[in-house]
Amino acid sequence: MKTIQIKGVSKVYGHTKALDKVDITIESNRIYGLLGRNGAGKTTLLNLMTNRIFPTEGEILIDGETVFENDRVLGNIFYMTEKNLYPEDERVRNIYKWIKEFYPSFDVEYAKDLSERFGLDTKKKVKSLSTGYASIFKAVAALASNADIVLFDEPVLGLDANHRDMFYKELISNYSESPKTIIISTHLIEEVASVIEEAIIIKEGKLILKQSVEELLSGAYLVSGEASKVDKYIQGRKCIGIDAIGSFKSATVLEAVNNKDEALAEELELEFGKAELQKLFISLTN
Amino acid sequence: MLIDFNSEKPIYLQLAEAIEDNILKGIFEEETQIVSTTEISVKYKINPATAGKGVNVLVDEGILYKKRGLGMFVSAGAKEKILEKRRNSFYKEYVQSLLEEAAKLSISKEDIIKMIVGGNGIEDNSDKGSK
Repeated sequence: MKTIQIKGVSKVYGHTKALDKVDITIESNRIYGLLGRNGAGKTTLLNLMTNRIFPTEGEILIDGETVFENDRVLGNIFYMTEKNLYPEDERVRNIYKWIKEFYPSFDVEYAKDLSERFGLDTKKKVKSLSTGYASIFKAVAALASNADIVLFDEPVLGLDANHRDMFYKELISNYSESPKTIIISTHLIEEVASVIEEAIIIKEGKLILKQSVEELLSGAYLVSGEASKVDKYIQGRKCIGIDAIGSFKSATVLEAVNNKDEALAEELELEFGKAELQKLFISLTN
Repeated sequence: MLIDFNSEKPIYLQLAEAIEDNILKGIFEEETQIVSTTEISVKYKINPATAGKGVNVLVDEGILYKKRGLGMFVSAGAKEKILEKRRNSFYKEYVQSLLEEAAKLSISKEDIIKMIVGGNGIEDNSDKGSK
């Protein structure tokens, strides 16, 4: 129960098309990054995958079975929502017990252990958690769910650098120990760039790209040096993200890393560097 | 093990090179176990598939080998294999670029040889290496 097929899915709210004929196949046991600007339709897509809302057209299948009103299938998906949907007046540790009722494979001990490592006081009520700890609480629940498919919507919202680092490490360690299909929707692209295997980019409700990060990055590189020389190099080449500071300039060239002109760069005293996923993302979604 | 993820090389290749460096330095000795791909992925926050790909490059080259149920080991003769591979690319990666840079600065080949032998500036022959 791990492969997700999104087939011709559209979602219309009144006059707004939140998603427009989206086709995506999510392979099992991989980590995906769901990327898109605000309002691109990321959360709508996650809500559809978990049957919280229904598509206007198209269908979503998990291992060939529809998710529509299908409790058996839905019991294998855990969704960490961006908004808190847990009862505000309940204590964290009680919610862990409560989750166990709905997800029998939920590991209460692991959840408690993780909470301790993150410094989350499980005696606290949900409403008294800070933004960061509310995220940690939800992320811990998702990590401990042991579901075949785990969806994270902005998992590190409000987390400090140490906690974000811990989260990514725990995610990888958890995934290595028990492989599962993971989708992370986030705005912190550079942080997840090495964690995710594939990027799914949506823009204004449409799928614009689904590709392995490695492939994506090997199709672009950074070139920098003296401005006029950089201009000379990039002439006739497709470029994005051109930055200039004084007489220094850098540009991301959209061309396979293997095709870069080393001789010309040498002559112009330019340096090559790694393209950033974030820059590619910005240019693709602008 | 230190990996500089700013290089334009794919992460898996950088990882493979970092492991090789550690073998050359004797940090990972032949016939001993190296850290697991999981440990590598967690420490550097890289996707386990990427880490696995890097390790597999070295398995394919016979530098590492898998012991079923135990993990990844450095092959006997791995150090020699890496040395040979790196020696083969030494001319292209170091000597050629050295000559190109020298040409730009109008430094003759003779001067380069003097520097190498003397270990210092062109005029300065006071080093113990020279007579």
